[in-house]
Amino acid sequence: MTAAPVLSLEGVTLDLKTGDDYVRILRDVTFDVAAGEIIGIVGESGSGKSMTALSILQLLPPKARLTAARIGFDGADLAGLRPAELRKVRGRRIGMVFQDPMTTLDPVVQVGRQIDEAYRIHHPRAGRAEAREKSLAMLRLVGVPDAQNRAKQYPHQWSGGMRQRAVIAMALVNDPEVILADEPTTALDATIQAQVLDALMRARDELGVAVVLITHDLGVISQVASRVVVMYAGGVVEIAGTRELFADSRHPYSAALIHSRPGAHRRGEPLVAIPGRPPLMSDLPAGCPFAPRCASPYKSERCVTQRPALEPSVDGRLSACHYRDEPQEVIA
Amino acid sequence: MSELLRVDDLKVHFSQRGFSGRKRVIRAVDGVSLSIDTNEALGIIGESGCGKSTTGRAIVHLEDPTEGRISYRGADVTHPDAAARRAFNEKVQFVFQDPMSSLNPRMTVESIIAEPLRAFGAWDRVTGPARVVELLERVGLPAQFASRYPHEFSGGQRQRIGIARALALDPELLVLDEPVSALDVSVQAQVLNLLMDLRRQQGLAYIMISHDLDVIRHVTDRIAVMYLGVVVETGPADEVLDHPLHPYTAALVSATPPSSPDEHRERIRLQGELPSASNPPSGCRFRTRCWRATEVCAEVVPPLEPVGDGRSRACHHPLDLGMPTIRTESAA
Repeated sequence: MTAAPVLSLEGVTLDLKTGDDYVRILRDVTFDVAAGEIIGIVGESGSGKSMTALSILQLLPPKARLTAARIGFDGADLAGLRPAELRKVRGRRIGMVFQDPMTTLDPVVQVGRQIDEAYRIHHPRAGRAEAREKSLAMLRLVGVPDAQNRAKQYPHQWSGGMRQRAVIAMALVNDPEVILADEPTTALDATIQAQVLDALMRARDELGVAVVLITHDLGVISQVASRVVVMYAGGVVEIAGTRELFADSRHPYSAALIHSRPGAHRRGEPLVAIPGRPPLMSDLPAGCPFAPRCASPYKSERCVTQRPALEPSVDGRLSACHYRDEPQEVIA
Repeated sequence: MSELLRVDDLKVHFSQRGFSGRKRVIRAVDGVSLSIDTNEALGIIGESGCGKSTTGRAIVHLEDPTEGRISYRGADVTHPDAAARRAFNEKVQFVFQDPMSSLNPRMTVESIIAEPLRAFGAWDRVTGPARVVELLERVGLPAQFASRYPHEFSGGQRQRIGIARALALDPELLVLDEPVSALDVSVQAQVLNLLMDLRRQQGLAYIMISHDLDVIRHVTDRIAVMYLGVVVETGPADEVLDHPLHPYTAALVSATPPSSPDEHRERIRLQGELPSASNPPSGCRFRTRCWRATEVCAEVVPPLEPVGDGRSRACHHPLDLGMPTIRTESAA
């Protein structure tokens, strides 16, 4: 990495209360986001990728216990900020885009006004005209045609892909350093998904904003992210450059995930299915959380008894596997 | 191989009353012709609103065809009487997208899988349970699951229970509507492997409806691409997806992320949005978004014409066969 990190998570651990007990949802999540990069977080449902994003902004359910060595952002530790200080970061310096744009948009307010409002709430002295100018510039940047007139319409008059672009424009309007985008294209058709990903890439190129792209879709990751954080059962199992990850993964889970996709095989060949299912967070195995499903030929007693930490391999690749230095063969 | 099912000029229209009380006709499926042979796998792809699910549902009589003809092994089953419909249902089964809502939460797995047997008088109290266990094993689930309830299972396991139920009557054809789109990739691979095995071992044929090009390419031989209620192109899966003839197919393929970061697709950016199915464009339905459209496209509906090698396309200005959709960059 050449650029300095704009955001860095160190040892983020999150417990959520379910019934009478606390369950550990995130375990020691650690990674950096460099200025102006698109970094992907991949994992399956329940792996903790969305909770990681929500922890950064501390948009957590009640009775959540967040402990973190540090969530470093511009010299400050977000984990230690008071609510009033945190509000100056949320939506202004770190924007958020969720999967369903209608959770963000108010159905009875014109789209343009909602973006104006996002700007004026952080720029109290800005007039209406200035806010609208800013909103229109962002709508144009994300590829909304005829922005001036469309801004006066209501969300129901916009298609799903257009709404998602409006939400991205809203996240960008305060010139944030980072955008957290949680499954922003999952609900969209392929041709529309491509347009929304274009909007995110244009924001990175023209505004220099870093994008944390959370998705279960490795195809999306392979096309837009420069680095990838792979999560499993609430922990990071591998961090790698996108090319390295796809060509030479250092964790059996990432390797299996990449090879379980139909696109990675010739037609009709059996796919690499990962047997079983992820462990319950309330009942994690003592050793490696992936050990019960792992098909690596190196798997040993150590995997069952001792939990591997995310550490560099001999050639400097980060993996949470005891056998990170061995080549990862994928067993079909 | 012989022809199993044939659909000729199928139309499914829905009436809808708007706010003004005026009746609108939604032409969800508007003249679709398809056929499938024994032991063949046919894929139907397209984006939301193209009519692919309605086509599948009409084939199994979950929607009433407005016009057209459906025949099974040569016999007309478009509007079957009760007896003919029972006989058809025994041979053709449907698998739903959402394994959460398609299994009754208050029934045990055994009674879910036994239900079609009971409905067709094939349930025997002595041999029945053994038959359920056999079906469970065929879809890769252990026998002791029979006495449990759907909520105890993961999405992939539930989907396999749905497939076991569909197999109970030894059907000849399965119609699967987005069977893996609700599943995580690693689990998706388990279900796709199962479908390929069933076809090999049992001589089953299936029609798979999906928006996921990689999934469809992997498990089907032949595909039909739909746009706004009509089939725009059909042919062998690899040929259609690697060398599309119809501009819409090319745009759809180009918007789908390739499987590796070393591959890049020449992006075709479609203009505009999907027109309404209640008021489709005259002539070719794709012409409002097509970069090759000319006057003739607005005036004459292009017929789905065979062009050799088992391929057909409905286009006045088809693409050249030699046009590749993918470009591989040598790894740095």
